[in-house]
Amino acid sequence: MDEEKKVVIELQNVKRYFTVGSETVKALRGVSFKIYEGEFVTIMGTSGSGKSTLLNQLGCLDTPTSGEYYLDGVSVRKMSKNQRAKLRNRKIGFVFQSYNLLPKTTAVENVELPLMYNSKYNSRQRREAAVKALEAVGLGDRLNHKSNQMSGGQMQRVAIARALVNDPAVILADEATGNLDTRTSFEMLVLFQKLYREGRTIIFVTHNPEIAHYSSRNIMLRDGKIREDTLNENILSAEEGLAKLPKTQDD
Amino acid sequence: MNFLNLLKVAIRAIASNKFRSFLSMLGIIIGVAAVIIMMAIGQGSKESVRKNISQMGTNIIMIRPGADMRGGVRQDPSAMQTLKMADYERILEEKAFVTHVSPEVTSSGQAIYGANNTSTSMYGESVEYFDIRQWTIADGESFTEEDVRKSAKVCLIGKTVADELFPNGQDPVGKTIRFKSIPFRVIGVLKSKGYNSFGMDQDNLMVAPYTTVMKRLLAQTYFSSINCSALSEEMTDQAIEELTRILRSNHKLSGDAVDDFTIRSQQEMMETMSTTMDTITIILVVAAAFSLLVAGIGIMNIMLVSVTERTKEIGLRMSVGARGIDISNQFLLESIMISVTGGVLGVIVGYLGTLVCTSFGLPTSIPMWSIFVSFAVCTLIGIIFGYFPAQKAANLDPIEAIRYE
Ligand SMILES: Nc1ncnc2c1ncn2[C@@H]1O[C@H](COP(=O)(O)OP(=O)(O)O)[C@@H](O)[C@H]1O
Ligand SMILES: [Mg+2]
Repeated sequence: MDEEKKVVIELQNVKRYFTVGSETVKALRGVSFKIYEGEFVTIMGTSGSGKSTLLNQLGCLDTPTSGEYYLDGVSVRKMSKNQRAKLRNRKIGFVFQSYNLLPKTTAVENVELPLMYNSKYNSRQRREAAVKALEAVGLGDRLNHKSNQMSGGQMQRVAIARALVNDPAVILADEATGNLDTRTSFEMLVLFQKLYREGRTIIFVTHNPEIAHYSSRNIMLRDGKIREDTLNENILSAEEGLAKLPKTQDD
Repeated sequence: MNFLNLLKVAIRAIASNKFRSFLSMLGIIIGVAAVIIMMAIGQGSKESVRKNISQMGTNIIMIRPGADMRGGVRQDPSAMQTLKMADYERILEEKAFVTHVSPEVTSSGQAIYGANNTSTSMYGESVEYFDIRQWTIADGESFTEEDVRKSAKVCLIGKTVADELFPNGQDPVGKTIRFKSIPFRVIGVLKSKGYNSFGMDQDNLMVAPYTTVMKRLLAQTYFSSINCSALSEEMTDQAIEELTRILRSNHKLSGDAVDDFTIRSQQEMMETMSTTMDTITIILVVAAAFSLLVAGIGIMNIMLVSVTERTKEIGLRMSVGARGIDISNQFLLESIMISVTGGVLGVIVGYLGTLVCTSFGLPTSIPMWSIFVSFAVCTLIGIIFGYFPAQKAANLDPIEAIRYE
């Protein structure tokens, strides 16, 4: 690992316990790692291993029970709710499994949403940034399509554009291909690899082990602890994977 | 999020649920319309009563015998005979703030002309009566000081009496009619004043010199009242003081002896009437305002449903950086929009409703301020009843909200 590279995320022995009734559920039992700028990290593990809980920590949606989390050099643990909201707005882009687009709303408007909560952007700048992000995901010609007129793959592209629009320090994806068929999943991977090549930092949570072949680093979770943390020396090309798939008529 | 964008979001949310939004507005529409109509009727009635009182004449001051009866204590009949000729003469001599004076005696009974008769009231007055009441004579002329001195059996009759006794359109002037079997020569017909707001026919009367009524009809030496007019509205209080001083001295009331007469001004009557009308208006408006409260609860209900339905959207907004305040503002603005739009429609419906009331003959007048108050109240309802749902939305946990199905 290149120590010269900028550290985007640093976890120090992060624990997250939930109290359910009289029992304590230990979702994260002490997780430590550093993620450097420009890495494409997959986080894998079986259901219940703590992936989502970890991603919520990274996304500043939740705070650890103990341990330290630095995002872009800033300690998140002691931040207020509003400070964390601002941090999410400026430094993080989320991609969800179920797209979460606003209903009956056009692609551009959906992509503009994060910038609505950033007073530094006026409406013209917002529109420009949204169009640019949509072009980056290959939807430059679908700007005014409404969310309910789009296919799953298109919706997820819009969601990725929305995650890109604020030029975040890290893109967090939770099972981003979980609702998509194999072919569309590969198309998404092609897109993520493109973003990776452009230097974006990506953390991709999945339970599908195959996807780890396409990322630069893989972290395995089990019972709230890191089992493995390996760099991928031989990153497969998603484009080639897509080409090998049997051809179908539909998009 | 800035206000303009919040407004767009709120409008879009309302527009995407048009029917439901309209239903929750309906309560506000009805409530505001009811308040506006009630206020319009209240204000209209007040104005019509005022008009009626001012029609009585200008700056009238009424002196009645007996102490102030507002306490409801019964008085000795002799206490009702305190206004005498000497009082009238003394007022005429010493008046400074009073312009016209007319003593009054009344008697009711049958007036007869030929085969026609009608029951009416006879008013014994001085010549100045017509100035005090600002009553013009439509036909013929008034009686004179000479008639008063001689207790002449002449009279003026109101329009109603004229119509009853002379149904064929004959000219009453010059005819002799009988009132309580005493013959009176009609010398004039009074201009019609119509009905007052209490439903009383102001034209059903006869007016004769007070001396005639006192001597020839009633054989009494006291007046039932004395009516005066003040020099001007502003001088009403001085005029009352003056009259009180004259009467107290004439009645030899010293120190803290209670007045054996009561003086009321037209102004005072107007104020009393206004207060009464205001009370009635308040009761009506409060009743209508309750429907606004119910409407507010309806809005709260719909907003709570809306928050639940949009939990996922709230979670998404939070995850891309919306703070609690952004979310609560969004929902607060939505409920304000619903109630204010309802308010605007309510004002329109209220205005139309007022027109309908007017066409049914109710006196109406929409006070401008009631429209502004309606808007203020609607905004307030939006804030109050939107606050709880907005807080509920703002306090959602983003992690749970975004997973909500
Ligand atoms: N809010 C919560 N309250 C209680 N237990 C929770 C909560 N969130 C997660 N857990 C528990 O923590 C563990 C890890 O959950 P999660 O991070 O969702 O796993 P994964 O995403 O890998 O399937 C599970 O046992 C889950 O039941
Ligand atoms: Mg999960």
